[in-house]
Amino acid sequence: MAELEIKERQAGDVTVLDMDGKVTIGEGSVALRGAIRRLLEEGKKKILLNLAGVGYIDSSGIGELVSSFTAINKEGGQLKLLNLTQKLQDLLAITKLLTVFDVYENEQEALSSFK
Amino acid sequence: MNLPDCIPKSCCKVANALLNGSWKGLVLVIETTTELVLASRIESIGMAAEIAAKFLSQFGAGDDVVFAVDMAIREAVTNAVIHGNKQDGNKNVVVSFSKSANALEIQVRDQGHGFDPEGVADPTDPLNLLKSSGRGILFMRTFMDEVEWLAHDEGGTVVRMTKRL
Repeated sequence: MAELEIKERQAGDVTVLDMDGKVTIGEGSVALRGAIRRLLEEGKKKILLNLAGVGYIDSSGIGELVSSFTAINKEGGQLKLLNLTQKLQDLLAITKLLTVFDVYENEQEALSSFK
Repeated sequence: MNLPDCIPKSCCKVANALLNGSWKGLVLVIETTTELVLASRIESIGMAAEIAAKFLSQFGAGDDVVFAVDMAIREAVTNAVIHGNKQDGNKNVVVSFSKSANALEIQVRDQGHGFDPEGVADPTDPLNLLKSSGRGILFMRTFMDEVEWLAHDEGGTVVRMTKRL
C-alpha cells in the first residue's frame, strides 16, 4: 500500500484532495508534489487539501505543503487546508505556519471561502 | 541475513523481525542500549523510527514521549542521510539509544563534512516562513529536552538528543 493515498474530487470549481497516510520525506512528499503539479497543469487552481487521514507529517512534508502553497499562489490560485489532526495543527503552530495557511474544520465553510 | 552470535537470543526475535530484504544493517540490542548501523538511504529513516519505538516500548514510555522521539529521530536521521552523507552508498549512519533511570539519550552519527547548526536560518522568522526546508532542527529542539551537535573524532557529526522520562 502506498505511503500516501490521494483521492481527487470536484466540488464546483474547487478540487478537493482527500489525503490518507503519511506525508514524509520520500514517497509521501513526492506524491503530494506530483498531485499539485498535475492539477496546476490541468488549470485547476482552487485546491482544498482534506488532511483528516494524515496521521503523520515530518518537516519535509510540512515543506511540501509550503511549496504547494507558493506554487499555487504563483499561478494565481488558492490552497486551503481542511480537517487538520491535532498533531498537525500543533506542528503548524510550532512552525508559525498557521499564520500562513487558511485552515478550516468544516468542508462547506472551506468551499464557500474560495473566491 | 544471519545475526551475530553475540546478540542475546531473547533479542534475536526482535532483531530478526526488523531485518528484511530491503534493509542491510545490523541491530545490536544489549539491555538498555541499542545501536544501529544504517545505510545512507531514505528507507533508513523509517527503520530508525521503527526501532526507536520498539526500544521505547520495552520501558513503557508514554505516547507523548514516543511521538516526540519519533519526530526527533526522523529529522536527525534525515539530516544524516541527506545533508551529512548525501546518500553516499559507502557511508553509514550510526544510531544509538541508551536509557538511564530518568532519561533517554539518542545519538545519530554521520560521516559527512561537519555541520554548524548556527548556520541554519530561523524557520519561524517571517522572512523564512515560505521556505520549503529548514524546519528539522526546530522539531528536534522542540520535541527533545536537549540537543547538541558534536564533531566526531573520526570525522562526521554526532547529534546527541536527550529526552527526560
